[in-house]
Amino acid sequence: MAMLGFLILFPLVVAGVLLVVRNNRARNAIVGASGLVIGVASIWLAVSYLGAPWVQFEFYSPTVDYVCMAVSVLIAVAILYFGIKYKNVWACVLATVQLVGSLVFEFAFAHGILVTEGLYLDSLSLLMAFIIGVIGSGICVYALGYMEDFQAHEPEGAKDRRPTFFALMFAFLSAMFFIVFSNNMLWLFTGWEVTTVCSFLLIGYTRTDEAIKNAFRQIIMNLLGGIAFLGALYVCAIQFNTLSFLEFLQIGVQNPTLVVLPVTALAFAGLTKAAQMPFHTWLLGAMVAPTPTSALLHSSTMVKAGVFLLVKLAPVMLVCTVPAVMVVLVGGLTFLFCSFMAISQSNAKRVLAYSTIANLGLIVACAGVGTPEAVWAAAFLVLFHAIAKSLLFLCVGTAEHHIGSRDIEDMDLLFERMPRLARFMMLGIMVMFIAPFGMLVAKWATLVSFADTGQVALIVILGFGSAATFMFWAKWLGKLSGIAAERENVETTVHPSEWIAIVIMAVLVVLCCVLLPFISSYVVEPYVYSVYATLGQDISSTNLWIASILTAFVVIVLFAGVGRRSKAKKADVYLAGVGRNNAERTFTNALSGESTASARNWYLEGIFGERRISPIGTAMCSVVIVVAFAASAVALPGLF
Amino acid sequence: MSMLAILIGTLAFALVAPVLGCLLAGVDRIVSARMQGRVGPPLLQPYYDVRKLIEKDNVSVNSTEGVYVTCALVFAIIAGGIFFSGGNLLMCVFVITLSSLFFIVAAYSTRSPYAEIGANRETLQVMAYEPMVLFMAVAFYLAAGTFDTAGVFELGTPVIATIWLVFLGFLFVLTIKLRKSPFDLSYSHHAHQEIVKGITTEMSGKTLAKVEIMHWYENILFLGWIGLFFVWGNPFSLILAVAVVLLVYFLEIWIDNNFARVKWQALLKSAWIVALVAGGVNIAVLTFLPYL
Amino acid sequence: MTYATKSPWVIHYDGSSCNGCDIEVLAALCPGFDVERFGIINTGNPKHADIFLVTGSVNEQNISVVQEIYNQMVEPKVVIACGICACSAGIFHDCYNVIGGVDKAIPVDVYAPGCAVRPEAIIDAVVQGLGILEEKSKALQEQKKGA
Repeated sequence: MAMLGFLILFPLVVAGVLLVVRNNRARNAIVGASGLVIGVASIWLAVSYLGAPWVQFEFYSPTVDYVCMAVSVLIAVAILYFGIKYKNVWACVLATVQLVGSLVFEFAFAHGILVTEGLYLDSLSLLMAFIIGVIGSGICVYALGYMEDFQAHEPEGAKDRRPTFFALMFAFLSAMFFIVFSNNMLWLFTGWEVTTVCSFLLIGYTRTDEAIKNAFRQIIMNLLGGIAFLGALYVCAIQFNTLSFLEFLQIGVQNPTLVVLPVTALAFAGLTKAAQMPFHTWLLGAMVAPTPTSALLHSSTMVKAGVFLLVKLAPVMLVCTVPAVMVVLVGGLTFLFCSFMAISQSNAKRVLAYSTIANLGLIVACAGVGTPEAVWAAAFLVLFHAIAKSLLFLCVGTAEHHIGSRDIEDMDLLFERMPRLARFMMLGIMVMFIAPFGMLVAKWATLVSFADTGQVALIVILGFGSAATFMFWAKWLGKLSGIAAERENVETTVHPSEWIAIVIMAVLVVLCCVLLPFISSYVVEPYVYSVYATLGQDISSTNLWIASILTAFVVIVLFAGVGRRSKAKKADVYLAGVGRNNAERTFTNALSGESTASARNWYLEGIFGERRISPIGTAMCSVVIVVAFAASAVALPGLF
Repeated sequence: MSMLAILIGTLAFALVAPVLGCLLAGVDRIVSARMQGRVGPPLLQPYYDVRKLIEKDNVSVNSTEGVYVTCALVFAIIAGGIFFSGGNLLMCVFVITLSSLFFIVAAYSTRSPYAEIGANRETLQVMAYEPMVLFMAVAFYLAAGTFDTAGVFELGTPVIATIWLVFLGFLFVLTIKLRKSPFDLSYSHHAHQEIVKGITTEMSGKTLAKVEIMHWYENILFLGWIGLFFVWGNPFSLILAVAVVLLVYFLEIWIDNNFARVKWQALLKSAWIVALVAGGVNIAVLTFLPYL
Repeated sequence: MTYATKSPWVIHYDGSSCNGCDIEVLAALCPGFDVERFGIINTGNPKHADIFLVTGSVNEQNISVVQEIYNQMVEPKVVIACGICACSAGIFHDCYNVIGGVDKAIPVDVYAPGCAVRPEAIIDAVVQGLGILEEKSKALQEQKKGA
């Protein structure tokens, strides 16, 4: 238990220290060292409890309760302050509702309820802790170099607010650890709200009008989720007289009809946090923040808190129809529509954002299906998505600072201009969408679990969504791979801290893909077994091993096979005329002038454009959510 | 399914499939010629073509496209090995998709505008046929009770009895996979309807030979998928399957010779509608029929 | 024996001409003559072609294009000048911008005269070109072994 406490409190202490340290070198040292400590501690925790079932820790402290309440009040007050400062009515209203709600809850209901086992861990928490500890702190290390470049790009005399930035990053990690280890739902809720407000501040970091607008969009959507969460707490306290997450889950599995409303409300909170349609816009808006923020929100924290909660609820949803249908439909539709919209984007960060939302949709749908196989798939989707996405964000961030653009079309010839970075980016992209890499193995398991449970709609959605996924990743991958002539290598000025983080992610992603069968039997299967008492791996181990061998092969080709000089004679590209400059693709045209051949990727705006797809998805998912709430309200005993 | 079986299967497929694929390509060209009132080339013409390409000088726009094409070839062989050794059908589908990806990246890496057009179209083609191929695998699973292709020998009736609708849908996208007109958008065998030479514009000599051999492997694999629908416990069913496969291939040649290339919009829309109707309806029927 | 002669793929280019010879080249490639019997295929891509059929004369404007296509073709390769303009510039010989026959731009292996050149003559020229292709192919093999 000391380890859990350490993981929760240590980042908080570091955050406090970073808030006051203004010296660059001192900050570099602190962030690097504490990142290392957190990473090692989380790996140590994962290894020492490898294969553990649900382990509870008897821990009860009124002090923590009061601290949590104080934090909740503080958060609400902070939001109110910003809401008034920037004249945002909705944020003020929602913050007030939450403030009143949590105070009434604390003094009227929660006070008498004692949760003796405040902390717990199981294999899913371990997996999450590993993701938060290793990837999260890796991103913090990356941010050192990135923010130095970022500050250099700021106008002269701009205030250096990096202390706040790094403090928020570490506070975020602390809150995430708190979420995955808390058995007391009130504490869980506090961690939940802390991540909301941290990301609000991080998104608004640049303080441009757009950033502030998007930050408020984020806070409003997540406050809705938070209020739903609070509502679920009320029901738990009044109806079941417990705030223990474990007891709640047990009650839910045994009496699914009783928990319809709280589970729906919690699932709704999860959907908002996981940026599912119609709430996907906050995650797209979050792209205005510096890239490490995006990486943190997308891969290891924030959205992962949402899917973590939903995956936890999966066994209840297996027996509880209303929230399950809501979650399955919203997740499935989000996967489909966001995969479509990703095709129409040429901004690399927006492609990544849509891909994140789509993959979260798939995880959410798996959680809604709720069978052991689906949960197995969901756990792997969470893991691989976290690593591969952070790798991609870090690569895009570095590329942006060195080629001056985040447009995919401008990443032409990156293979030559930034040879190492391009390979890491290609690795990340391949992990995201193609067999034999982990993400696709997880999708494979998803497909099998859908087929086994007869989820026809989800099979159809997965078929079309995956096809769209192939399109938008393959064309990006192709753009990166172009080789024309000896271009200037511009990656020599990349900060060492960025390289360290990128290499860590790349090594992790390869290891996880190759060792997937091990991770399955020592981490994911124990969780599935502890919850369902059956195993959930629906792909035979032989096939997993074939996948891992093929993965190793592709990685070797990517890093050792391509880009070497061969004996072949060098020829110029055929341009159907007289070529002038092969690298620039210029040729002599019919009037003896010079023309440039250019080729852009296909974005199929007319078919998959945001304007066409987004309203459909938003409308459909909104209807699903409203209907689900209506149905669960009807199901609430004693209401009618 | 053991690793050893797949290894042996892959080696056997690597040796046998090019012979069959080459002969099939030869027959294809002769039958096409006869349909056009010509005599056509010798049966072994595809073999001569490949041998000639290997004899050609070693020229390349960069050193990497050859590596990517080799990967595409290797993964096509592995996919075939998985399929014909009785392995997992979905795994086979995924590995052949990986092969297509490497082929696409090879074209992109040359940075020729014509090859890029071909690569974009190939990507679109993959997107067009992928749903139907996935539905084919899922429907096979629902009908046969296993993803392992070896499972068909345990069946009392062939899967075609329950998933004929999926078979028809798959037949539709097979035209894309076999690169037959009207769906040969990325790489046509007919020079008159191609922009330079599509995805293979910058590939020459040995690299192009590998591409040709890869098509032989692919064609045998895809026809194997067709045959899978008609095999059951009876050993004679293999003969039936071969007969159906030949018939289907003849049909594809006929289509190839009778239709001009369509626009990509028509390709994408028609392939997706077919996948939605054929795949969706058939899978829904298989899923809900036991409850009716 | 080399396989080069069994599968000669051709590419055609029309220089300064009345287009008559180009039409005859296309006629030769039509199903009526069925040149695919000899493995001949028309490609639109110099990187795939073994035999370069040029019609028309070379002028200031197109000389670099002819040379570019020739350079893009992969060894072993054969050039056939089809029609009198391609052989010696024909009636365009004295035009101010005409340089001359194709051999002013690139080495020509077979000359097939005629105005316009008959499809039979083109096919004959290609068959003759195959002998040269075979020699070149053998030389390349020797060179490869030696290297």
